[in-house]
Amino acid sequence: MSVNKLKYFFAVDTRYVLKKLMILMFPYTHQDWEVRYHRDTPLTPRQDVNAPDLYIPTMAFITYILLAGMALGIQKRFSPEVLGLCASTALVWIIIEVLVMLLSLYLLTVHSDLSTFDLIAYSGYKYVGMIFTVLSGLLFGSDGYYVALVWSSCALMFFIVRSLKMKILPSISSDSMGMGSNAKPQLRLYITVATAVFQPIIIYWLTSHLVR
Amino acid sequence: MAFTLYTLIQTTILCTNAIAVLHEERFLSRISRGVDQGVGGFGDDPGVKVQTLNLIRSVRTVMRGG
Repeated sequence: MSVNKLKYFFAVDTRYVLKKLMILMFPYTHQDWEVRYHRDTPLTPRQDVNAPDLYIPTMAFITYILLAGMALGIQKRFSPEVLGLCASTALVWIIIEVLVMLLSLYLLTVHSDLSTFDLIAYSGYKYVGMIFTVLSGLLFGSDGYYVALVWSSCALMFFIVRSLKMKILPSISSDSMGMGSNAKPQLRLYITVATAVFQPIIIYWLTSHLVR
Repeated sequence: MAFTLYTLIQTTILCTNAIAVLHEERFLSRISRGVDQGVGGFGDDPGVKVQTLNLIRSVRTVMRGG
């Protein structure tokens, strides 16, 4: 958990952020999901659009908290304690999700290079979807909220499955060990799918009380 | 469901305590009987059960002070 590792995640520029936000909202046309390496070290987000970063999740988290305060203020339900409660609820859900992911990756001995910060990054990308959902709920009412919820859930599920598939599932190139590992690819698939399915649930949970 | 950080800390402490107070004879030895006598899982990856038992044992070692 060194500062250098953290610096890697914040080495972003405008072009990367714009492209990444586009991919998060519309991942269906993105072709190449491989994270590129350069002599064993992964490329920084500035050079590789598939690399996870922590800038977008952090900014999205803060924006979500501010947006929640604004939404509650519009409905005259605001008070400063509610803001703190909202922030800590969202933070606790991130921590729970990262811990469950770490635990399941450990139990199934998945030898991937997913560090803790990568998992925090991937579970923080859902805040972009949440912001979009809350905004359209505020602007277009209840119908807009549900449409945006469905849209961002599908986009986010697709994004998570495609991104994690490269890292968790074993390479399907050559099946040298066909014996005994038959339960493994299934369980790894279950982890990926469970992570993906968890995203819309938590998006709905954390935003429905803001848009009545 | 409004979680606070205090709730999370409380939950982790209670779960860790639950793992630490599991009874050795009545419970843990029955589960680990069929598991670590024998292969020990070299070569191939150890399975889920071996990993959970390792995790439980290491939590207990740290928590019970050794």
